[in-house]
Amino acid sequence: MKIETAAGMLLAALAVAVLSLPAMAKPYELTVDYVEIDTGDTKTTGIGYNGSSPGPTLRFREGEEAEITVTNNLDETTSIHWHGQILPYQMDGVPGISFPGIAPGETFTYRFPVRQNGTYWFHSHSGFQEPDGAYGSIIIEPEKREPFRFDREYVVVLKDKHPHSGARIMRNLKMMPDYYNRQQRTLGTLMDDVAKDGLSATLSDRKDWGNMRMTPTDIEDVQGFTGLINGMSPEQNWTGLFKPDERVRLRFINASAMTYFDVRIPGLEMTVVQADGNNVQPVTVDEFRIAVAETYDVIVQPKEDRAYAIMAESMGRSGYAFASLAPREGMRAEMPEPRTDGPLLTMADMGMSHDNMPGMDHGAMDMTSQPEMAGMDHSNMPGMDHSAMNMGAKPADPFYASGSGLIPKAVNGGKFLSYADLKAQKPRYPERPAMREIELRLTGNMERYVWSINGIKYEDADPIRLQYGERVRFTFINETMMAHPMHLHGMWSMLDNGNGKWNPVKHTINVNPGTTVSFETEVDEPGEWAFHCHLSYHMASGMFRKVIVEGGPETALNTNANGN
Amino acid sequence: MKKLNLISAPVGIALGLMAFPAIAMEGNIFYGLQLEQFEYRYGDEGEKSAVWDGDAFAGTDELKLRWQSNGEQDLREDSFETLENRLVLQTPISDFFDAKAGVRLDTPTGQDRWYGTVGIAGLAPQWFEVDADLFVSETGDGSARLDIEFEGLLTNHLILTPSLETDIAFSDDREIGIGQGVSKVELGLRLSYDLIDRAVSPYIGVAHERKLGKTADFARDEDEDRDATYVVIGMRLMY
Repeated sequence: MKIETAAGMLLAALAVAVLSLPAMAKPYELTVDYVEIDTGDTKTTGIGYNGSSPGPTLRFREGEEAEITVTNNLDETTSIHWHGQILPYQMDGVPGISFPGIAPGETFTYRFPVRQNGTYWFHSHSGFQEPDGAYGSIIIEPEKREPFRFDREYVVVLKDKHPHSGARIMRNLKMMPDYYNRQQRTLGTLMDDVAKDGLSATLSDRKDWGNMRMTPTDIEDVQGFTGLINGMSPEQNWTGLFKPDERVRLRFINASAMTYFDVRIPGLEMTVVQADGNNVQPVTVDEFRIAVAETYDVIVQPKEDRAYAIMAESMGRSGYAFASLAPREGMRAEMPEPRTDGPLLTMADMGMSHDNMPGMDHGAMDMTSQPEMAGMDHSNMPGMDHSAMNMGAKPADPFYASGSGLIPKAVNGGKFLSYADLKAQKPRYPERPAMREIELRLTGNMERYVWSINGIKYEDADPIRLQYGERVRFTFINETMMAHPMHLHGMWSMLDNGNGKWNPVKHTINVNPGTTVSFETEVDEPGEWAFHCHLSYHMASGMFRKVIVEGGPETALNTNANGN
Repeated sequence: MKKLNLISAPVGIALGLMAFPAIAMEGNIFYGLQLEQFEYRYGDEGEKSAVWDGDAFAGTDELKLRWQSNGEQDLREDSFETLENRLVLQTPISDFFDAKAGVRLDTPTGQDRWYGTVGIAGLAPQWFEVDADLFVSETGDGSARLDIEFEGLLTNHLILTPSLETDIAFSDDREIGIGQGVSKVELGLRLSYDLIDRAVSPYIGVAHERKLGKTADFARDEDEDRDATYVVIGMRLMY
């Protein structure tokens, strides 16, 4: 009843606030249900929308007014967050920040103007409902013509479906952080390393890691999942049809709880045209890594009358998703042999490499293609090794620590997408310098499975306060040995990859271990927002902040005054 | 009488657990149950015994209530060689170590003992799991225990676990057969296989127990065994 009243008030307020009412989109109705998720190997009870997991693909058109009515058929509170949408904060769907959540049996109507276009997704922001299956995709068609052509399109949603419920996974990780890690170094790898590197080097290596009480295999905390594409396991083979020579737009969304995927389509080049819903200058790659919560749109042009494999192997190689692109129904592409060479973290990933300058690897910087190093303060760079600067050779990815074990390589030796390749198609904001910088150290204790920012968990932290109208530079310093996909709700994140005004516009910024990464935000949305690591169990164990935007226009329902 | 004690300790602990949510209001509460050892022992002199060593906890990152229980039941004489229950509060004091404090009640066949206890538990460099505890009994006798374990991964499922446990008494407690000095050492080597996740891991192994110093003298006076070697078969359980 309360929520209906609130929704009613909101509708009234919105009607008053919006001067010229935009066209209404087709209203959507979503029910949140307990569903059965069948991967072929396991049948589990999970959570889905309109009776299935993943939920439907919602389509909108830029400029419309979206209306989505959500009815909670669960026996616990739920919520839906429209990941990457710029909207009034009360519509953002984070219980405890945007709104109280949707109680069992209640209905909540989300209404917001659609002010952007591209590929997005939605998911529950309550408990572990998202890992348990509460996710779906969003396609927003642009008002204007897009700067690329395609003949057909598919959403390709990746998911790391685990046989255990999210709550159980969280509890197991708290009890034993390596509960799900079955890629640890053993007596066998010790013998191999002795044979390869000699006894003393191997023992010295084991001693270093043992002294830190960390392991180089802490890459995927939650192994044992089945990779799904559009809800289907490799065995179930989701298939997208094409006619040879057609240009097919694949809208990749990583809706996983914990897993980064390395995606390739053997035999096809992929032209990346969009990242996180924003057009980028096209870059053709053989393979790309998609962090949790990111989206990448690629265009492929299969020319042969055969099935092509969409292969998405997890970053740590503990699992994979697979699907087919095929000219006819019932075809299954030949699956490439999954790589078994799981990466190992190095001391560089621990931030312990002396010649390593996090995030800016000058040793590998290609000076021919980057005559300007925008936004870099040379006086401020300890340990910069100019002697090793590489004037023209193929650069390693500057978004990994120098000597990192995580630096990806394309299977075919070709081009692997880097953050450094992403350039905005059109700057979203006029260029101006940030007015201040907020430094956020990404911190954690693997052994206790506690994750935090600046060493403080969400429940103990003060909110981050921003002023409406300012431009803020956020700088992440990753002091942990894991990659963290950092997601700021409500406002765009302009990743500083040295491309100045062409810096790409994103909603999720991956920060690799041992690196420093900055992004800038135009603080143009009032209200209270969530800001967190999108790995479900990192978020739940403390790597989370509330952001309060102070000032700005009165918001429709500014009743959420109590701070956290 | 023994049976009553056996029941009363868990009942007290259950009551403690029920009261615990009041202490741990902040943050998410997690719980867990682990039986590190749950085994049948067959000794070199025909001894047969059942042994367990486990703990259950509930709490937050900052504060946990932990119930630790271990015992050894002599199956031939249907008596308890040892039977200990501990209830401690545990809180982090460093990245890798927790401090704990609480009470311990021993109710073996023979004399009972209450103790107050403080200790630390955590992960030492090179992956040694360490528990170090100090006890003061109701009779005023002090003692200490050090428990060290190492999980050696032969493969990612086959695990060889050497362990060492030693008791040190600071004074004689003749009534329970403890003499000042290092009183007892137990060495173990167990080979386990993770059958279902980490929840069920059957194992086989060997264990050697030895009473030392004055404690050994007291045992000889009582005509008790001073040392024994066992083959063990059991299951490590985790929930």
